[in-house]
Amino acid sequence: MKKDIQVGFVGNPNCGKTTLFNAYTGANLKVANWPGVTVEKKEGAFKNHDARFKLVDLPGIYSLTSYTLEEKLTREYILESNVDVIVNIVDASSLERNLYLTLQLLELGKPVILALNMMDIVEERGMEIDLHRLPEMLGIPVIPVSARKRTGLDILMHTVAHHQDKYIDKNLEHHHVKQKQQLKSHKHEHHLDYPIVYSDDIEDKIDDVCDLLQTKYPDIKNSRWYAIKLLEMDETVLQKYPIDSKDIFTRSYEGDIIHQKYDFIEEIIEEVLVNKSNKAALTDKVDKILTHRYLGLPIFLGIMALVFLFTFQVGGFIKVGFEIFLGEFSKGVLDLLTSIHAGAFITSLIVDGIIAGVGGILTFLPNIFILFLALAYLEDSGYMARVAYIMDGIMSKLGLTGRAFIPMLLGFGCTVPAIMATRGLENIHDRRKTILITPFMSCSARLPIYVLFSQMFFGKMAMLVAYSMYLIGIIVAITIAFIMKDKSNKNLSNSLLIELPEYKTPNQWTILIYVWDKVKEYLSKAGTTIFAASVIIWFILNFGPTGMVDDMSKSFGAILGKTIAPVLAPAGLDAWQVVVALISGVAAKEVVVSSFSVLFQIGNITSPHGMATLTEALGQYGFGALNAYSLMVFSLLYIPCAATIGVIQREMRSIRWTLFSIVFQLGVALLVSTLVYQIGSLFIH
Amino acid sequence: MTLNNGTIGKTYIVESLHLDRAIMGRLEALGLTNGTDIKILNRNREGSIILMVRGSRLAIGKAISQAINMKGVE
Repeated sequence: MKKDIQVGFVGNPNCGKTTLFNAYTGANLKVANWPGVTVEKKEGAFKNHDARFKLVDLPGIYSLTSYTLEEKLTREYILESNVDVIVNIVDASSLERNLYLTLQLLELGKPVILALNMMDIVEERGMEIDLHRLPEMLGIPVIPVSARKRTGLDILMHTVAHHQDKYIDKNLEHHHVKQKQQLKSHKHEHHLDYPIVYSDDIEDKIDDVCDLLQTKYPDIKNSRWYAIKLLEMDETVLQKYPIDSKDIFTRSYEGDIIHQKYDFIEEIIEEVLVNKSNKAALTDKVDKILTHRYLGLPIFLGIMALVFLFTFQVGGFIKVGFEIFLGEFSKGVLDLLTSIHAGAFITSLIVDGIIAGVGGILTFLPNIFILFLALAYLEDSGYMARVAYIMDGIMSKLGLTGRAFIPMLLGFGCTVPAIMATRGLENIHDRRKTILITPFMSCSARLPIYVLFSQMFFGKMAMLVAYSMYLIGIIVAITIAFIMKDKSNKNLSNSLLIELPEYKTPNQWTILIYVWDKVKEYLSKAGTTIFAASVIIWFILNFGPTGMVDDMSKSFGAILGKTIAPVLAPAGLDAWQVVVALISGVAAKEVVVSSFSVLFQIGNITSPHGMATLTEALGQYGFGALNAYSLMVFSLLYIPCAATIGVIQREMRSIRWTLFSIVFQLGVALLVSTLVYQIGSLFIH
Repeated sequence: MTLNNGTIGKTYIVESLHLDRAIMGRLEALGLTNGTDIKILNRNREGSIILMVRGSRLAIGKAISQAINMKGVE
């Protein structure tokens, strides 16, 4: 028995593949991209029964044709790499659709093991699956598992270890005994060799093509699969292994082959699925309301309003505790530094620079935690795909598919994964457009700016003002999409096509991993980017051409701010401190807030005292409520952060395009905030 | 008739698809082929449709749904 076993995880999207993969590897995994493309590749390793298992989580796919990038990748990986065993994860509650991929995997000629996931849902619905008959018909082991409850995991890997050399069990029982006798009439009885056997005419052609292939390309191990692909006129295989097939076939048999596979699946379902009629009543009932033609949209807007209400209210509630702690901490450090007679330089750097900058940002952690928790629930429950359907009408008026709304919605959390989520869009023009407008969806990093400035200048209206930012972001995104709409583009490939998974109770474990990941990211951002930015800001504000300065207005920072200020003057953002804060915000949006702390040397900026101090200090520069609103609008629309620039470049692979998106965002930000300021001035003065 | 004109709650049989290869391929992988039974679950004002195909639910836009021909089942 081999000790090092390569295992490929293959399955449909939404089959629980990643949850199962996480259950084995835990945090011990490596995430990278497939060479040359932006499709994620996850690898992990672990030991069990003295064997070392190397797991690869392959992209979620429905089929093994070569129509999508993910399908091509999976196919090539299985055929060309040294995968020993394929674990095909199947959603048992949607067996019929999932088995289509299974039948294709069986034809690849490598050992396959079926992991029957979500059996708990099957039981809940009162259905049963014949676990004796299913392996008989497929010729492979079938192991019931629950990725969520973590059951069947050891059994599955034990089967992998023992099954690594077996392709198909020879006790294949395709049909009932009587039928089998009749089928033997054909000259090549394949029912004992392959689980899926086509009609006689196609089997004849497969045999003929196999003969041709074996003479021309003796290296091919599994000629049956190549023969089937050639009969389907699969472009990739046709190019790689051209054969002279004119005498055998002249048309594509793809349609027939697909049909016969589905016919076989119907046979399987008929035999193994008991109580089929009880299926899925709940999802349909819920969908009647959530995807209702009139109620669907208001319900979605209501859900989003609730999400933000929770984010602001509950998050704000917890934040108070964080602030008290930070205040005490800052005081304690100051006392400590004074007691050890630390120099003024070091004391200022630590208290005014680092604690003010980084600490101020950490107080927003509860808001961000709640926002991501809510987004995780929406995603894991299966609602996100419905949103694509609900929004399809509006999005198609903008020349986009409803599916493009998913990255936009994720953009409320963080722009970086949102831009990565545009990979789900097939059409390149759609993708570009979505990447261009997604940064306008207000991400959680901008939240601290709204929370701080709306509370400082708008009192009781604070929440309404913060909400209005989200609305402005959406309106700007929609307007730009509408202007960019290509009227001639009647391309079908930007029409909606998405599977709506069954609703399920979100898995606590999956949610925990997701939210913890985001919290970790936020904390590490506070510890790296924001820390560094705070230190740099402190330096450029405390040093000038003459060395260390007491008066900040003579510092490098002030000089820089004053130089750029005229550009931002029409938007009412000409105080040099504001300019410096905005420039620093390119590192990460939260830095705008931390820079204000450092700029005005306010240790606990989010406390009532801190806010009052800042309001007063800004007031000296004639910075009032309208300027604050303009600042929020500008912050909403200009470059989200350095990480976003990086991800746009990674996804689009074009420096010109990345530069364009930067200039575009700056331009839109300046234009809209100027409009807000100038029109606002007319009413206020 | 075409899919976008179907009645909610009714079951139909797909007769033909008039789409380019790539979209056909994706529909086939999702189980929607000639001769398949489909049940229309929902339709919104703009003509996007939710249907049940081989035990799973698909949402498809109008541009695709009006290129799928089907006939009713009694």
